[in-house]
Amino acid sequence: MYNHWEHFEHGADIGVRGIGVTKAGAFEQAALALTAVITDPQQVAAVEAVHITCEAPDDELLLADWLNTLVYEMAVRRMLFGRFHVDLNGTHLDAQAMGEPTSVQRHQPAVEVKGATYTALRVAPIDGGWLAQTVVDV
Amino acid sequence: MDLTLLKQHSPCAWEIPAQGKMRVPAMIYASKELVRAMDHKVYEQAVNVAMLPGIVGASYVMPDAHWGYGFPIGGVAAFDADAGGVVSAGGVGFDVSCGVRCLHTGLRREHIMTVQRALADTLFERIPAGLGSTGGIRLNSAQMDAMLSGGAKWAVERGWGSSADLERVEEQGQMLHAKPKYVSEQAKKRQREEMGTLGSGNHYLEVQEVTAVFDDAIASAYGLHIGDVVLMIHCGSRGLGHQIGTEFLRKMVEAAPGYGLILPDRELACAPIRSDLGQEYLGAMRAAINCALANRQILTHLVRDVFAKLLPSAQLPVLYDVSHNTCKLETHRVDGRLRELYVHRKGATRAWGPGHPGLPQALRASGQPVLIGGSMGTGSYVLAGTTASESLAFSSACHGAGRAMSRHQALKTWNGRTVVDELAQRGILIRSPSMRGVAEEAPDAYKDVNSVVDAADAAGLARKVARLEPLVCIKG
Repeated sequence: MYNHWEHFEHGADIGVRGIGVTKAGAFEQAALALTAVITDPQQVAAVEAVHITCEAPDDELLLADWLNTLVYEMAVRRMLFGRFHVDLNGTHLDAQAMGEPTSVQRHQPAVEVKGATYTALRVAPIDGGWLAQTVVDV
Repeated sequence: MDLTLLKQHSPCAWEIPAQGKMRVPAMIYASKELVRAMDHKVYEQAVNVAMLPGIVGASYVMPDAHWGYGFPIGGVAAFDADAGGVVSAGGVGFDVSCGVRCLHTGLRREHIMTVQRALADTLFERIPAGLGSTGGIRLNSAQMDAMLSGGAKWAVERGWGSSADLERVEEQGQMLHAKPKYVSEQAKKRQREEMGTLGSGNHYLEVQEVTAVFDDAIASAYGLHIGDVVLMIHCGSRGLGHQIGTEFLRKMVEAAPGYGLILPDRELACAPIRSDLGQEYLGAMRAAINCALANRQILTHLVRDVFAKLLPSAQLPVLYDVSHNTCKLETHRVDGRLRELYVHRKGATRAWGPGHPGLPQALRASGQPVLIGGSMGTGSYVLAGTTASESLAFSSACHGAGRAMSRHQALKTWNGRTVVDELAQRGILIRSPSMRGVAEEAPDAYKDVNSVVDAADAAGLARKVARLEPLVCIKG
């Protein structure tokens, strides 16, 4: 088991999946998968940090809230994020998202994410780690 | 989709009979080939929608349907508030009132070709497109609320268009009963710099040529003739609508058990129409419709400015403006009785037939123009609403081609620059801030729009009028 992310297919849109040794790690990886819908996360410099907190009734809604807060912060700050640090305490999330202002020239953003849906939404333990996934509307 | 699960009524009409917890049947309007190609999730979602309280008639599926969020994209469902009916944020979608506006130019192909490259470059320069782009209009709090109440009418009053535009826009350009007070500050903040922007993904602005006419009389009434050039704008309510969708989906998920709603899928989250949350959503969603209508009106103004400089003889009156992600209160005849229904159209276009009193006089005899966007290398269509569509699907039709391939797969298959070059060789000029975006929107990543509109025509949902092919495409 190692921390990584992947996309999965959903008709017109894209599924984002984070796999982590810990649940918090899976949330971080899901956020990287979200950025990868838009641009290559490795091309995003971590020059500015944004503090994010979320509270939800269960893990799955917490994942959707986390991704939706990132979508919101990207939109209003006109930023992209390439590094994440997530702390989870029950269903309370405390995180740092690090990134930089969007550069159309350099990041070649493919598409803007409208929101994280509850389709294929799942946070669950898997063999030796955690999975956190949902479909995002683009 | 497995055809053996369906009862065929005609070549393009298939029923999923009511069973289990379904309150009504589901009806799928598509050819055998299109139904077979649909994901089984479309079947599951159509069945789930049929289980919702207060649903009337059937859960309808359009020819371009694909797997959505709770509701299929290409889904239509009507609910009666008096029968415990619900309103669903997922049944409208994140991009509230995403839609298509078509403008005449009064020009012919030969006029455009003399300035095609300059037109493409100038439109690209003047129309904010793509992620992170901002418009030139900033609204303060009072102006934002006025826009959310006034829609395209507000934009025209500010000088961005003429009153003649409004009669060719659904709701005459202003969705009534919008409640900006139910739109969060976050949604308003997300919109603050996005008025008059195109967005990204499958949103575009195209200069198109009429290349085929299928119904001379209606095409003539619409002012469309072979060789004419029109301009099509596809976009929606931008960040404001996305935020409203996100927030109310969340609220409805949490509130559903309290309303006694047992949902087969969390994504079907909804609220009774006659509940505080239902009313708040309707008020906010109508404000988002106005945002989309104002946005397309402002984009129209920007386009007219560009044409005034390059092709001063051009006039650009609106042919029509339709939205395809909405929930609207409409009057429909059900079993001989007129009923007030909340009609959700998620990736589906309203398609009023001839004689409908809501149509402007000049279009009333022909039926409502139904604008169908294709992909950037293929055609788009203008259809006309039919009388039959009222009883088939509460006057609804398809909205586009629908994707055939995921973005991920498209990105692996095509290179954006190559797509642009190949289309240029075919006389289609593409301008986009993102070559990766172009690759993901490559023409062959979409279904064949011809088969979708043929199915809509054969099913009787709408009648084929004209085919449009792109000359210039500004891709968000």
